[in-house]
Amino acid sequence: MSAAIEIPYNVEERPDTGLYNAKFGVWLFLASEVMLFGALFSSYVLLRAGSPHWEHGADILNVPLATINTMVLIASSVTMVMSWASLQAKNFARFKLFMGLTFLCGCGFLVIKFFEYSAKFEHGLLPSKSVFMAIYFTMTGLHGLHVIGGMIVNGYLWGPGSKMWLTEPKRFTNRVEVAGLYWHFVDLVWIFLFPTLYLLPGK
Amino acid sequence: MSGHDIAKQVKLYKIIGAILIVGTIITVMASNVHLGIILGIIVALIIATVKGTLVAGYFMHLFAERRLIYGVLALTAVFVVVMVGLLLFSYGDQQGRHTGAFNVPQGIAQPHHAGGEHVP
Repeated sequence: MSAAIEIPYNVEERPDTGLYNAKFGVWLFLASEVMLFGALFSSYVLLRAGSPHWEHGADILNVPLATINTMVLIASSVTMVMSWASLQAKNFARFKLFMGLTFLCGCGFLVIKFFEYSAKFEHGLLPSKSVFMAIYFTMTGLHGLHVIGGMIVNGYLWGPGSKMWLTEPKRFTNRVEVAGLYWHFVDLVWIFLFPTLYLLPGK
Repeated sequence: MSGHDIAKQVKLYKIIGAILIVGTIITVMASNVHLGIILGIIVALIIATVKGTLVAGYFMHLFAERRLIYGVLALTAVFVVVMVGLLLFSYGDQQGRHTGAFNVPQGIAQPHHAGGEHVP
């Protein structure tokens, strides 16, 4: 005997939480992510406060490239939320367009980051060079991994995963919404990383 | 949600996106003004917080979210504050004993008594 087990509350809201399960689950996951990046930011504070010397990020990092990268991530957040709004308006073609643009913005971010990292390596600015470079590579590297993770999910929703729109449109819309929550969080982290690493004065 | 509501939402998202881009430019411009270390850090973090609030509030729909999510985030904030607080307290304990967190002078870890700690 075999019976398909339905996952409950993936479309309608649970009466007790008022949320569909995936949304609540992703928010709990994001809470753990806040702890992860919170630990790294507090490490930054501790290392900076404990070091007799601290580099001014703008002196050794490429601020123009990082500024462009910030704008690319902001643009990707706008296209991500517009892909979800397109599904709300039942316009699948526009969803494909905006989700595709979100994916491309993610690629753009990583390409720019690659050029930044390459320049650092060429100049011998490795994590072993200083405490500043160590925390720079740790924080931007972990953030980059998060961007890659988000791109895998977004790429799936743009490609093979989008078939769900034909059979369960509401559930697919919810999937895009929770993928968006994660993507916006990645943007949010960068909004704090950018001034912290690139712009704050040294000592 | 009606088509009109969605069109209004999309317009709002574009406006928020534009504000975030302008905020980024202001952040970079402010960093070129010599405000000193403390004021420079405060200004940069205020702008980042405003931008972060816009992303969380509008793009992540946190301004119109269920109370349960607010509860989860409030609990997270408590744990973050405790974590940061513990780190800062541990750093504070080291003040006066050395010049930097990773520059501990020789002999700092020597026991107070030649025979080691006496535990009653």
